[in-house]
Amino acid sequence: MLTIFNLHARVGDNEILKGVNLKVRAGEVHAIMGPNGSGKSTLAGVLAGRDVFEVTEGDVLFDGKNLLEMDPEERAREGVFLAFQYPVEIPGVSNTYFLKAAVNAIRKHRGLEELDAMDFMNLMKEKLKILHIDEDLLKRPVNEGFSGGEKKRNEIFQMAVLEPRLCILDETDSGLDIDALRTVADGVNALRSPDRAFLVITHYQRLLNYIVPDKVHVLFDGRIVKSGGKELALELESKGYGWIEEELAHAARA
Amino acid sequence: MTGVIDIKETYFSRFSELERALGEREGSPLHRLRQLAIERFAELGFPTTDDEEWRFTNVAPLAQVSFRLPAANEPPAVELKQLLPSWLQAAAGPRLVFVNGRMIPTWSNTDGLPPGVVVTSLGQRLATGAVPAPLGRYADFDVHPFVALNTAFFREGAVVALPKGCVLTDPIHLVWISAAAGEPIMTHPRHLILAGVQTQARIVESYFGPEGAVYFTNAVTEVVLEESAIVEHTKVQQESTEAFHLAAVQVHQDRDSRFTSHAIALGGGLVRNDINVILDAPGTEATLNGLYVGTGRQLIDNHTRIDHARPHGASHELYKGILDGQARGVFNGKIYVHPGAQKTDAKQTNKTLLLSDEAQINSKPQLEIYADDVKCTHGATIGQVAEDMLFYLRTRGIGQDEARRLLTFAFANEVLERLSVEPLRAWLEARFLQSPTAGRETHR
Ligand SMILES: Nc1ncnc2c1ncn2[C@@H]1O[C@H](COP(=O)(O)OP(=O)(O)OP(=O)(O)O)[C@@H](O)[C@H]1O
Ligand SMILES: [Mg+2]
Repeated sequence: MLTIFNLHARVGDNEILKGVNLKVRAGEVHAIMGPNGSGKSTLAGVLAGRDVFEVTEGDVLFDGKNLLEMDPEERAREGVFLAFQYPVEIPGVSNTYFLKAAVNAIRKHRGLEELDAMDFMNLMKEKLKILHIDEDLLKRPVNEGFSGGEKKRNEIFQMAVLEPRLCILDETDSGLDIDALRTVADGVNALRSPDRAFLVITHYQRLLNYIVPDKVHVLFDGRIVKSGGKELALELESKGYGWIEEELAHAARA
Repeated sequence: MTGVIDIKETYFSRFSELERALGEREGSPLHRLRQLAIERFAELGFPTTDDEEWRFTNVAPLAQVSFRLPAANEPPAVELKQLLPSWLQAAAGPRLVFVNGRMIPTWSNTDGLPPGVVVTSLGQRLATGAVPAPLGRYADFDVHPFVALNTAFFREGAVVALPKGCVLTDPIHLVWISAAAGEPIMTHPRHLILAGVQTQARIVESYFGPEGAVYFTNAVTEVVLEESAIVEHTKVQQESTEAFHLAAVQVHQDRDSRFTSHAIALGGGLVRNDINVILDAPGTEATLNGLYVGTGRQLIDNHTRIDHARPHGASHELYKGILDGQARGVFNGKIYVHPGAQKTDAKQTNKTLLLSDEAQINSKPQLEIYADDVKCTHGATIGQVAEDMLFYLRTRGIGQDEARRLLTFAFANEVLERLSVEPLRAWLEARFLQSPTAGRETHR
């Protein structure tokens, strides 16, 4: 579904991604871990189409299409979704209005009819119920004045509504209490299906107890330096990243 | 029609025409008032950009057109139905509709008002020789040349008077339409709102004209709030983008009264709005909300002045602007706290969204404080649509243009959501969501 080949990206003169390679198949869950500043959010941003990141080399194919050539909205309509590490507050735009615009833009792209007010509200209510989120959310302006946990829940709610095919979660679990963490896990698990894939960026094993990854990758200084199964996450949690650094240094000497 | 006209000569000769048409008795109080005003106007002339109050607003284009006075009952050049926007057709409440400077009884309706309430045409009042007492008492024509011009020339407008304790639920609509065929006209609407003790009312002034038409609207509104009166004044301006719109609102507040203004400026080529509020007794509160939207080569100037003359007064001011194309905006917000006006609480905010590189805003807060125990704050921001918000919306599938519209609407909505006249609010919301600078309803 997603193939990242030798991806290099920079901000200004600062090269952040230095040749990322990754292959994600439909139905899989991949976890990406790595120390602060290693480029995890940059990778997520490049996939979503943030233009501060300049791609200098490499390719990204999504269902065989060149993702890097698409505008952010086109990527979203094709089924890429990014749950932001730091969701943006948009005062003055209600969640309802925002989501209706999003749902209908995506439906239109898929050749479906726009939802009328009634069907749209039913869809909202159904999704809120699955995630145990209060209906108040709909009336509130997008993320404005939300606590960190509320913002993350709102990201998951949007994901549930938009039903993307590739879900990228950028530290959606960071700073969450256990209830909010369950919302995130429920949201992801409700969406899991053979034709959908997840890229879960996280620092912790906690979320991975609920969403068991097929593969775990370590992003280090702009490269994926190690990949393994779900046990790699446990190892990283208990031992930190020091040993990986040592391994790298050792490999460099050899 | 182009080339600079002799202001004095032109306006004096128009004044003579008016005198002949009105036939007011020489030496009568009203005639005296007009005389003083035209003389004062002759002394003041049109302001130049050397005048601090007009620094960014050059009215020279106004002096290039020789405006005529409309004839009696000059029919509109366009069908009225086309000029009234849908929100006004849907709005409930009594209304006075003026076309080309005259009240149109068939379009007006003042049925069902509570006993004692006056909603009437100033023209009809003047025709009976009865001049409403406070007319001209509050709007000072000594310094403001266009108030002087209005005072010399007014012949129509509304007189609204609410007796003690009267509470009106529906707003009163004062609709002013300029749509004359032939040479450009000028009109000088003059409204007088008298809100008695413990009254409550909403007044909605609206101004329209067919797109492309050249004309000059020079309005003055006096609002007087007696003790504990609550008045909400909404002004929606959707003039032709070739029109000149100058308007002054003068508000006088007595003890414990509450005044709210919503000033929505969407049309007009050269626009100047002055709102002066005097909090002339303890315990008063004034709220001034404003939204100005300009595109093309529009110039929209908002000058507000709040005089805190007595203690325990509060004022809240929020003006927001959206400027595209080569449009220019001016915001000048003066807050004057007089000696002795202790415990004054004044807050002023001006925010402008610039949608193009060539759009401009000159924003100037002016705080003059002569009392020591007061709280006065002001803030001004100028910015573009926030890139991070835009990106966020786009990652949810919303196209770039729609995302921009949505964010522009969100910016405007902070002012729009305060509007209490629901058909107007809903109409504006729909307009903004369609196009960020579609201030005017497009006429077919
Ligand atoms: N917009 C930007 N402008 C300049 N530098 C940036 C920008 N975004 C990221 N960087 C830099 O790129 C590097 C990688 O940042 P990134 O946010 O991708 O790391 P991360 O792995 O997500 O870290 P964390 O675990 O803290 O979220 C950092 O050095 C950061 O300072
Ligand atoms: Mg990050």
